[in-house]
Amino acid sequence: MPRVVVDVMPKPEILDPQGKAVLGALPRLGFSGVTDVRQGKRFELEVEGEVTDAVLADVDRMAETLLSNPVIESYTVRVEQDA
Amino acid sequence: MKVGVVTFPGSLDDVDARRAVRLGGHEAVALWHGDHDLQGVDAVVLPGGFSYGDYLRCGAISRFSPVMTEVIEAAGRGMPVLGICNGFQILCESHLLPGALIRNQRQKFLCLDQRLRIERTDTPWTAAYAEGQEVVIALKNGEGSFVADTETLDRLEGEGQVVARYLGENPNGSLRDIAGISNERGNVVGLMPHPEHSVEELCGTGTDGLGFFTLASLAAEVFA
Repeated sequence: MPRVVVDVMPKPEILDPQGKAVLGALPRLGFSGVTDVRQGKRFELEVEGEVTDAVLADVDRMAETLLSNPVIESYTVRVEQDA
Repeated sequence: MKVGVVTFPGSLDDVDARRAVRLGGHEAVALWHGDHDLQGVDAVVLPGGFSYGDYLRCGAISRFSPVMTEVIEAAGRGMPVLGICNGFQILCESHLLPGALIRNQRQKFLCLDQRLRIERTDTPWTAAYAEGQEVVIALKNGEGSFVADTETLDRLEGEGQVVARYLGENPNGSLRDIAGISNERGNVVGLMPHPEHSVEELCGTGTDGLGFFTLASLAAEVFA
C-alpha cells in the first residue's frame, strides 16, 4: 500500500513555544550541543492504488486546506514506499 | 433581536454566552454545529471552548462543520459575527479574519482578570464602548497568541481593525498586544478574552463585558 507523507512545520518566522520548551529540557537531561528545536506534525496518508500526479495534487490540496494553516505553517508532500 | 450561539462538540462557554445575550436584552437562540441552519437569527456568537478537542489545530475542524458554511455566507452579507477565544480561532481558520492564534509564548494556560483597551467602536459588538475605554474582562486561553505577518499587522492597524489591545504585561505573546480584531467592514469580530464571563456582579470580573452583547448600534438600527 503506497503511503503519502505530509510534513507540516511552523514557519521559521513564527515563534514555536513547544520547540522552545523541548530545547530547554534537553540540557536538563544532560544533552548538549543542540542549538534549536522546531516541532511539527507528520501525517501518513494510506492511499488506494498508485500514487499518480492527480493523487499528489489532491494531497497537496488537502495539505493546504486542512492539514496545515498556511498563515503559520509550511508543508512538504512526499511518497514513501513500503517499509 | 435574535442572537444565535453555536454549540460545537467541545464548546464550553455556549451556555454563558447565551446568558450574556439575554442579559444584553436579546433573545438567545441555540444553534447546532451539524445543522445547515441559522434559524433566522440576526447575529451569531461562536463561543469559547475546545471544539473537536482542538485536534489538528484549534478551530481547524470546526471551520468545516455544516453550520460554518452558513455563518461564512451570512458574514459575507454583513451579519454580525462574534468569535470568542475558540470562536476567534475558528474565524481565523475560516479566513473571515486574518492571522492565526498559536500557543501562548510561555506555554501555560492562563486564567486572569485582564485589562484591555477598546480601540474600535464602530462595530456592532463594540458600539457600547467609548474609543480608548479601559475595561477588565476575563481571559483564559492556552493558544491565544495572535500572529500575522508584518504586512497584515500594519494593515490591521492602518485600517483601524484592531478592536482591543492588552494593557499591562502582554499575557500570551500576541503581536502588538492584540486581543481582538475585526474584518474591514467591522461586522466580524474575534476576541481572545471572554466578555460573556464579565456580565454580572455576582461572579466574574464585574460587568465590563456586557457591552459586547447589547449590540447597541444594531438594535438602534432595527428599532429605528
